[in-house]
Amino acid sequence: MDTVADNISLKEKFEKQFEEHKKDLFSRDTKTVAEYRTKGFESFRQMGFPHKRMENWRNTDLSKVLDMDYNQNLIPAQEEVDVQDLFECKVHDFDTEISSLLNGWYVYSDAPLRKLPDGTILGSLAKAMEEYPELVDRYYGKAFKLEQNGFTAMNTAFAQDGVFIYVPDNVKVAKPIQMINIINKNENIFIQNRNLVILGRNAELSLVHCDDSINHHVSFTNSLTEAIVKENAKLDHYKLQNLNNNSTLINSSFFDLEKDSRLTTNAISLNGGLIRNNIHVSLNGENGAADIFGVFLMDRDQHVDNQVFVDHKVPNCYSNELFKGILDDQASGVFNGHIMVRRDAQKTNAYQNNKNLLLTDDAKMHTKPFLEIYADDVKCSHGATVGQLDDDAMFYLKARGINADKARVLLMYAFAAEVIQKITIEPLRIRIDDMVKRRLRGELSVCEKCVLHCSEPEKEIQFDIDLSKI
Amino acid sequence: MLLNIKNLHIEIEGKEIIKGLNLGINKGEIHAIMGPNGTGKSTLAYAIAGREGYEITKGEIIYKGENILDWEPDKRANEGIFMGFQYPVEIPGVSMTNFMRTALNAKREYRNEEPLTGKEFLAKMEEKKKLVEIHSKLTSRSVNEGFSGGEKKKNEIFQMALLEPTLAVLDETDSGLDIDALKIVANGVNMMKNENNAFLIITHYQRLLNYIVPDFVHVLYDGKIVKSGGKKLAEQLEEHGYEWIKEEFERVS
Repeated sequence: MDTVADNISLKEKFEKQFEEHKKDLFSRDTKTVAEYRTKGFESFRQMGFPHKRMENWRNTDLSKVLDMDYNQNLIPAQEEVDVQDLFECKVHDFDTEISSLLNGWYVYSDAPLRKLPDGTILGSLAKAMEEYPELVDRYYGKAFKLEQNGFTAMNTAFAQDGVFIYVPDNVKVAKPIQMINIINKNENIFIQNRNLVILGRNAELSLVHCDDSINHHVSFTNSLTEAIVKENAKLDHYKLQNLNNNSTLINSSFFDLEKDSRLTTNAISLNGGLIRNNIHVSLNGENGAADIFGVFLMDRDQHVDNQVFVDHKVPNCYSNELFKGILDDQASGVFNGHIMVRRDAQKTNAYQNNKNLLLTDDAKMHTKPFLEIYADDVKCSHGATVGQLDDDAMFYLKARGINADKARVLLMYAFAAEVIQKITIEPLRIRIDDMVKRRLRGELSVCEKCVLHCSEPEKEIQFDIDLSKI
Repeated sequence: MLLNIKNLHIEIEGKEIIKGLNLGINKGEIHAIMGPNGTGKSTLAYAIAGREGYEITKGEIIYKGENILDWEPDKRANEGIFMGFQYPVEIPGVSMTNFMRTALNAKREYRNEEPLTGKEFLAKMEEKKKLVEIHSKLTSRSVNEGFSGGEKKKNEIFQMALLEPTLAVLDETDSGLDIDALKIVANGVNMMKNENNAFLIITHYQRLLNYIVPDFVHVLYDGKIVKSGGKKLAEQLEEHGYEWIKEEFERVS
């Protein structure tokens, strides 16, 4: 395997690949997507990868992971693994519609794009570009500006597939949709997938987005999701991240909220080498409401970075951020919360809170809550705490016979529970609750199979995904 | 003797708080320790329970014939020592049920017993709830979170009832209670009392002793037990305050 001297070289390598694979890259594009791809590539060429001298990247150092060599699969490869084998698990009582990506490409057993009985379209973005080009063109790439961020520009230049979901007006999707991104490759792989989620007027959807690795190989994922939530629609969104320690995940989510719409998004980071969540919520119509939650449990040399930008553009909207993190060993974390209240956005209610527990002297947390307010009649607050486990509570538990290790786990769990309890899908909450407990007890390593895998068969949670649903 | 404290000296941050305390408790006895504020009553309770930061510079605490000074607090608890807190700690996110099940099963594990099943635990909890007349909703809430002062104290008694200690040290469990809550606390102690366990009740006021009849009353002053007697002593203290004790003590020293 080639070792690349610095990330300039990786950039050059990708630029070269773009030129060489132009035919493949553009082969499935709609007119709009092709235009964005060209522009995205140009922006990436100018900006390159972010680096520590940039304000938003000051505390997240990518130089080490960008110093490695990666391969991109720009042509959908015939995977040598048995797809059935990868998705053999499923949460008990958690009946979902499954959509799966393997190394960034949509995998399926029957059809790459399905229409559910209620009219919801679910499947591969590449296929959606072919079958519903006008739908894709109307929404693709509208949620952000390409020149703002090297990773979003790069994703736009290279991503060819991902999950496409369209929920028509007035449809309340009965089952949650589960998007599973699985990485399974015996070489260093660079994955760029693109998801597009559209909720029509008065539509409702629960979406569970899982990022997962199967083996312990080095990987770099640059995933981008655009979600458009139309008037009075409701999106309940969960991100579950359980990756190996050699993985880097850049996960950018853009939520566009129209009038009277509601968003709940919850980023749950259980494992990963380096995780960066860019969460961008734009409140475009009055009475929009967004709850933005996150919880992260990091140890060893793991690093997690949550960047949240909430843009209050119009009056009478609500946003509430709560991020809680536990950092052990030498783990490090970043929280940058930025609430923008524009001049017209009177009567805004915006709250932001980040609380962290550091279990060792070597664990680090950089937290920066930030409000930028141009309207004069608003209610906003922000807060951040970094602390240790409470001695009084520790003693109280020990005085009841609970040993120090168990007491620590109980208190850490209690700390995280505030966010976990906000999960409204009960089987998912029970499952994540269990995963968090096991993670805190040191029993949850990266699952061999998939994120919702259950390695203890005696437990009542059983996993068997029916491949006919994929 | 169940508990035998010999010439105990305790320092907190270099300051001596307990200055040569002797106390012996047999099974089947109820002892009350009274005394003015700031004389070391809570320090004694914490030292028996094993809280860090309470440095024993001299003396020993013998429990069931063993010096327990090296024992971790959880080992002491599992060996049957229970401390009722003056200020029970709020632990948001941990339900009472989860807390008590963990505690009970820790004790069973310590004794090499099988853990209680969910059903067995719930049955036991229901039984003890009745004993201490605790409101059923309290057990579904987070530990002490948002409990009133009285509820917190009743909750301590409820935990004591579930854990069935051999030696219960109740640190001012009566402070801040209205008369009904006080009766519930006293009633819990009276119902649990038997020939195989003992109680050490730390209190500032005599009024709890209207409902719990102690076998011995000790007065703690300036880090030592300066006077011991029966129930009558508590009544004297209620009537005359602590001034005469202080005077007597100053005269002697």
